[in-house]
Amino acid sequence: MATSKEMGGVHAESHAAHESDAHAHGEPHEPVFVGERRKQLDELLTRYPTKMAVLLPALWMLQEDRGWVSEAGMAEVAEVLSLTPAYVKGVVTFYTMYHQHPVGKHFIQVCTTSPCNVCGAEDVVNAFLKHTKCGELGVTSDDGRFTVIEVECLGACGFATPVMINSDFIESVTPEKVPDILSKLT
Amino acid sequence: MGYPHAPHPRETTVLSKYFGDRDAIGLDGWRKRGGYVALEKALGMTPAEIVGIVKDSGLRGRGGAGFPTGLKWSFMKPGDGKPHYLCCNADESEPGTFKDREIMRWTPHALIEGCAIGAYAIGAETAYIYIRGEFTEPLERMEAAVREARAAGVIGPNAMDTGKRVDVWVHKGAGAYICGEETALMNSLEGRRGNPRIKPPFPAVAGVFGQPTTINNVETLAAVPHILNNGADWYKKMARADNPRSTGTKLWSVCGNIARPGNYEVEMGFPFKDFLYDLCGGPPPGRKFKAVIPGGSSVPIMNMEEAEAALMDYEGMVAKGSMLGSAGCIVIDDAQCMVKQIARLARFYAHESCAQCTQCREGTAWATKIMERIEAGEGTMADLDTLLEIGDNMTGKTICVLSDSCAVPIASGIQKWRDEFEAHIKGKRCPFRAAAAA
Repeated sequence: MATSKEMGGVHAESHAAHESDAHAHGEPHEPVFVGERRKQLDELLTRYPTKMAVLLPALWMLQEDRGWVSEAGMAEVAEVLSLTPAYVKGVVTFYTMYHQHPVGKHFIQVCTTSPCNVCGAEDVVNAFLKHTKCGELGVTSDDGRFTVIEVECLGACGFATPVMINSDFIESVTPEKVPDILSKLT
Repeated sequence: MGYPHAPHPRETTVLSKYFGDRDAIGLDGWRKRGGYVALEKALGMTPAEIVGIVKDSGLRGRGGAGFPTGLKWSFMKPGDGKPHYLCCNADESEPGTFKDREIMRWTPHALIEGCAIGAYAIGAETAYIYIRGEFTEPLERMEAAVREARAAGVIGPNAMDTGKRVDVWVHKGAGAYICGEETALMNSLEGRRGNPRIKPPFPAVAGVFGQPTTINNVETLAAVPHILNNGADWYKKMARADNPRSTGTKLWSVCGNIARPGNYEVEMGFPFKDFLYDLCGGPPPGRKFKAVIPGGSSVPIMNMEEAEAALMDYEGMVAKGSMLGSAGCIVIDDAQCMVKQIARLARFYAHESCAQCTQCREGTAWATKIMERIEAGEGTMADLDTLLEIGDNMTGKTICVLSDSCAVPIASGIQKWRDEFEAHIKGKRCPFRAAAAA
């Protein structure tokens, strides 16, 4: 029987993260959209008939630079694209890849959808939870290095089990390979 | 196929000919392999001529719905004074499907060429390739290829020195299965939440940015240059003699409990039994196949009797109770618990529901809870009727078909593997888990 927490979690955010204070993570930052980033943004704006279309790319830039998408970051994006912060937050919360909380230095996503599941993906998840000492899905390890989540179909089903670590895509991961994969991370 | 295995002699490699060939990735290598000849030819033709050839070839959409591509293109009215757009759906997220990923990784210029031809054929100056955010390597390859093609003048404001403008841009998604639904993709591209839109208006009338839009799958567009180079007749011949409605080659992604998973390319109408046992090597040692989901997780699950009698084209799969869908073939062997796997699929749809329609938001969540309760040995016989009733309420009643896609595997599971469901309920535990623990 699923616990009430699990049952309630069907639609819940896939990586509930630690409460955190923005200042603990170094905010306030330099603005994102200056210099090279501003040029990139301006170039992107030429590709679309509306400013709003650059919202997803702008959020990607923010996350690449800061590691996550904070409320302050959303306000910056809103400002450069003439949107409201509330609108930007509405969009951010729709997508799974924007981190609304800081995550570990190595963000590990293990596919466990059916094609990988029948090939033993749950054992791969458990191996990551054990060897990273995260213990629980969505929880960042005490040393701040790792966060492990289950992810829905990564679109590499013939290479079960695919795992994404930040933007690196690793195919055909088995529980036995996990210690070696982790040992190569800085 | 070429990656990760060498092609099987019974494959017909058109789209997959250069999978695994690193020299085919760059512009020079691609040109040496006949790249951009079709685009040059296309830009010298009228859009109507191109649409005519594609119509004649019988090419149908490879994303799942199988809509005739030429007919879709003909809905775009020339000279209406509005900007037209082409969207390429590269949000490949349907569990079991990983063919577009390989096209983009190994032959990015094939897709750019297909997009450029498609854009010109529908009177568009801009094509957007919407790639799911998790596809980091395909994104890098496609972005590099677009830069290269643009710098060489193949695409851009003066494509191939013809004075015609054809821009192709890559747009990165941010994690949402539903953005593979065409109108959700358009919302996402516009910088909105990826909620599907009510149709009508259809994309050809009011699509992305409110303008006439055509949206095609990666594999569909990648096939177009081959059709222009070799002719519609060549393409049409790749079909069953008694079924001219499915033509050409089809990429099949094969995964799950099978000896040689990977992508395979065969002509329409290929026997599914030969495919599974000969090309893909049959089940893993000591196991037997139990079930096949032939077209991505949203299509009805086949038992082996149905699968082994099926022919691999749009009509052949329907004749045996399923659908070709996205041709993402998930194979399940006799060591797997169907209840557990169907529960996992239901959880997938619950996670991915955009939640704007009540039937889907509530239905996927409740179906998941009940499926997981049965799997845990705490279900009742009445749960089976409840699941079918919920499924009925989820089918044909929502803006898009995500809701239907959740109901379909549950219904076919209860219908075909009722004994496994009942064993969980009567035995108050999962018989597979019990056997593994013994």
